[in-house]
Amino acid sequence: MTPRVIDPRSTANATLTVAERTDLLVVGAGPAGLAAAIAAARHGMSVVLVDENPVAPETMGDDVPLHFGQRMSGAVRNRTAMTEAMLGAEPALADAMEAGVDVRLGTAAWGLYANGPSVGWLPGKVAGLTDGEASWMLGFKSAIVAAGRRDMGLAFPGWQLPGVMGATAAERLARLGALDVRRAVILGSSAEALLAAIAMRQAGVEVAAIVEQAPAPIGPAALLDQLAGVPVLTRHVIAAARGEAGGVTGAALARLDDDGRRIAGDPVTVGCDTAVLGIGAVPVIELLDAIGCRSVFSPARGGHVPDVDAAQMTTVPGIYAVGDCAGVWAAKSMDRAVAEAEGRRAAAHAAQAADASDGAHAPEEPAVDLSAYRLAWVRSAVVEAAPGFGAEAHVCQCEEVTAREILEVRPPRYLNWPHPLRNSTDLSALLGQGPPNADQVKRLTRAGMGLCQGRRCREQVAALLALGAGAGLGEVPLATFRAPVRPIPLGLAALPESPDMAEHWDVWFGIPGQFAGGWELEATQAPAAKP
Amino acid sequence: MSDDAADPADTTGASVIIVGGGATGLSAGWWLARAGVDVLVIDKGIVAWEASGRNGGGCTHAFSPLFREEQRLWPQMDELLGYPTEFSAGRIRIAMDAAQWDDAHRVVRYGERHGFQTEVLDAAQLRELVPLAGEAHGAYWHHFGGHANPHRTVQGYAWAMQDHGGRVLQHTTVHGFAVENGRVTAVETDRGRLGCDHLVLAAGPQTGKLAAALGVRVPVAAARAEMIVTEPLPLMPVGGADGNGLYGRQTLRGNLAYGGGPHEWLEECDGMGVPPRSSTPLMGNIAAHLIEMFPRARHARIIRSWAGVIENTPDGRPVIDRLPDPSNVVVATLSSIGFGLSPATGHAIQELVTDGACGFADLSTLCLSRFDGLEGDWAAQRGWQPVPTARSPAG
Repeated sequence: MTPRVIDPRSTANATLTVAERTDLLVVGAGPAGLAAAIAAARHGMSVVLVDENPVAPETMGDDVPLHFGQRMSGAVRNRTAMTEAMLGAEPALADAMEAGVDVRLGTAAWGLYANGPSVGWLPGKVAGLTDGEASWMLGFKSAIVAAGRRDMGLAFPGWQLPGVMGATAAERLARLGALDVRRAVILGSSAEALLAAIAMRQAGVEVAAIVEQAPAPIGPAALLDQLAGVPVLTRHVIAAARGEAGGVTGAALARLDDDGRRIAGDPVTVGCDTAVLGIGAVPVIELLDAIGCRSVFSPARGGHVPDVDAAQMTTVPGIYAVGDCAGVWAAKSMDRAVAEAEGRRAAAHAAQAADASDGAHAPEEPAVDLSAYRLAWVRSAVVEAAPGFGAEAHVCQCEEVTAREILEVRPPRYLNWPHPLRNSTDLSALLGQGPPNADQVKRLTRAGMGLCQGRRCREQVAALLALGAGAGLGEVPLATFRAPVRPIPLGLAALPESPDMAEHWDVWFGIPGQFAGGWELEATQAPAAKP
Repeated sequence: MSDDAADPADTTGASVIIVGGGATGLSAGWWLARAGVDVLVIDKGIVAWEASGRNGGGCTHAFSPLFREEQRLWPQMDELLGYPTEFSAGRIRIAMDAAQWDDAHRVVRYGERHGFQTEVLDAAQLRELVPLAGEAHGAYWHHFGGHANPHRTVQGYAWAMQDHGGRVLQHTTVHGFAVENGRVTAVETDRGRLGCDHLVLAAGPQTGKLAAALGVRVPVAAARAEMIVTEPLPLMPVGGADGNGLYGRQTLRGNLAYGGGPHEWLEECDGMGVPPRSSTPLMGNIAAHLIEMFPRARHARIIRSWAGVIENTPDGRPVIDRLPDPSNVVVATLSSIGFGLSPATGHAIQELVTDGACGFADLSTLCLSRFDGLEGDWAAQRGWQPVPTARSPAG
C-alpha cells in the first residue's frame, strides 16, 4: 500500500496544545454540578469542576453571563470576598474539595470540542477554559454540563435602563449579599420568578408587585403563600420602565382584557428601582449546542433543552447535561435534590459505576402552555407597546434592533440605507416555503450578533418570528450558539501554534496555481501537480 | 415578486433552473432575470446560507479572468441590486516579514497589468489608515478591490432577482435529471418534476454529485475552514486590511472578521447533506495571527467563531463552462473563491446560458475539459482526505 499523502496545510498536520487533562470536567458549581463532581470523585475519577463565578465586575456590567441590569452592589468588586460569599452560601463546595475535586471558581468554560462528522484532528475531547488571566485547553474523557438557567428578555420601552434585570441574576446576587435593590416589581409569576422574589425579600428588598399577563399566577401556591401581602396584578403587563440615566424609577403597568389585549387608558405607575424579568427561565444550552448536542423544544422543561437519555447523556457521547440546563421545572427549582440526582446519575454513568442515586424525576405537567405564555408576554409588552413611551425599544440592545426592524427584516441602521426597498422583504417573503429561521434573520438584521451573544434577545427574536409566522415557539429553531460562549479578548484567546502549523500556515488552501494569473496558465494545461 | 404571487412551490418549471442558492447561483439568477429570462433557483435549504454567507467578503481577485468585470461591477452593486452590499473600496495588505512582503507583491503586479495602482505605505501612513496595526515589515494600499458583506449581498441577489420576476424555491432537494436528445428537459425534485430549457449547476460542494447524475465528472473535494469575529471597534479609515496569513476585514459595524490557517478535508458529501459546520480551537491560532498584525486589538473580545464548507477543484481554480453534452447545461464551481467574483460570475453564466459563450472575458482557463484524464484517486494523491481516525483516540 502506498504511504498516505498528507496535505501539510490541513488540520491533518495540526497539533493542538492541551495544557492539562482530567477524566471528568464538570461545568457549573450549582447543586447538580456539585453532586456530579462529588459522586464522580468518589467513583475514583479525576474531576475538574469549574464555575465562572465570581464573575469580573466589568463582565457583569455587560450582562454576561446573566442579565444583572447594573444592580450589583460594590461588593462584587472584591472578588476574594465574593469567593468567600460563594463558599459560605454553598456548603457543598467544601464537600467537593474534601472529596478531592479540583474546584476552580472564577474559571469559565468558553467552548467544548469533540471530533465528529467534520472534525477529526482533535486529540480527544477538549474544553477551552479561562480564568481571566490566561486561556488554555483542558482534555477530558467526559464532561457534565451543569450551566444552569438564565432569563428571557422582554423589550418593553425602557428595558435598557439600569434596574431591569433577570430573576436568576437577582436571586444569585441576593444569595451572595451583592444585590443593590430597594423596591422591585416582578414580571411573571413562574416558580423561578417567585423564588427570586422570596430571595430578594430575604435580602431586604421590598417587593412592590408581581405582574402577570395571564389570568392567574402560574407558580406554585406554596411559593405564593410565602409572598403573602405582595399584590399580584394579573391581566396586567408592563407598559414601560420609567426612569432616567440613573436607572428605573417606576414601572408603568397597563391592564389587559380577557383576550390579553391592552385596555386603552393611562397606565398605573408603581414606584420601584428595579423590574425583574421573570417571564421565562431559560436552560443555558450554549456549550451543548455549540458542540453539536441535539436539542429539542420541551414545554415541560422550559424550552429548548438537550436531548438526553436516562443517564443524562446528550447525543454527543460522553457529554452530559444536568440540572437546570437539562430542563427547568417548578419541582426542580424548589428542591435541589432533583438536580442533585441528575448529577449523580450522570457521574455514575461517566464512571461506569453502579448508580446509587434514586431514579429520574420527570417534570410535572406544565402549569401553562409555555409557548402561548411567552408569546403572550412578547405580544402584549413588545409588539403592542403603546406609542408615547419614548423611542421604540431595542429588542437587541447590543446592535440596537427593534421588533419592527426584525419583523420587516430591515438592514441595520448603521448603513443609513437611503433607498426605499423595492421589494417586499418582510418575513413572509424571506421565509418562502420553510419555517422561520432565526439565524437568517439574525444575519440580515444583526439582532443577536452583539457582545452579549444574544443572551438578552435570543428567545424574544424567536418569539417575534413565531408571532410573525403564526407559529408556536417550538416551530422556530433557536439561533445557533457558537464558541466562544463567553466573550474573550483576542490576547487571552491566542494559542501558540505547533511548529508544523507555523511552517505551513497559509492564508487559504495553498493550492499551487490557485492565485496565479489566468494569463500565466495554458488553457489546456494538465491539472496542477500534487503539492 | 409580490406577496400575493402564486406560491413558488406550485411551479412546474422555468426556462432556466439554477440548482444552488449561493452567491454564484443567485447572481446568475439575478442577471438572467434582469435579462428578462424566466428563472427559478432551487436550494436544498435556505438561500445565502452556506459558504456564500460565511466568507471573508473580499472583492479583490486580480488573478482571475473575471477580475476586470469584478472591479467594474462592485462599485455599482448597491445601485444595481437596490439592496445594500456594504461594499467598501480599497485594500491594504500588511506584511509582517520579508516573505510576506514578496508574496504580497504579486497582487501589485497583477493590478498594474490591468492599469490599477498600488501605493507603498510608510509606518505613519499605515498607522493613520489602519490604527490597530503595529510595527509591520511593510504595507501596500491597493487602489482597487475592496470588501463587502456576504450575508447581505447574497440575500440582495435573491431579493433583486425576485424584483425582476425570478423565483426561489427553498427547502427543495434535487434527486436527478431527465435528459432527452442530449438536453436536460427536467429536474427531478422532492417537490416533483420541474421542466426547464436550460440548467445551471452552482451547488458548491454538491456540484460534483449533481454533475455525476448527468454522467459528467466535475472533480471537487470539500473542506471546512474557520473564521472568528470580535466585538465592534471604532471604524478604521480603511477596514479592508489583512495580511500575516489572514484574510478578512473590519466590517462597517466595526467587528474584526478574519480567517486563515489550516483547513479540514471532509468525506465526499453523501447525498445532498452538508456536514456540520463545527468550529474548533483553531480560533486561538487565528487570534494569535490577528494580534501580531493588530497589536492594538488585543483587548478586543472574540464573540463568535464559525466554519464554512467549501469545495476545491484539483488545481484550485474555478470551472465555469457550458457542457458539450448535455448541451444546455452550465456548470459553475468557484473552487473556494466565489463570493467576491460573484457579480462577474453571474454575468458570465447568464451569457453562457443566453448566448452560448461569455463575451466580456476569456474563460478558457476555467474549462472543465482541463480535467480530462485526471486520475480517479486525485484527491488522495494530494492528501485531500479526512484526518485518519487513528489520530482520534477514544475519550
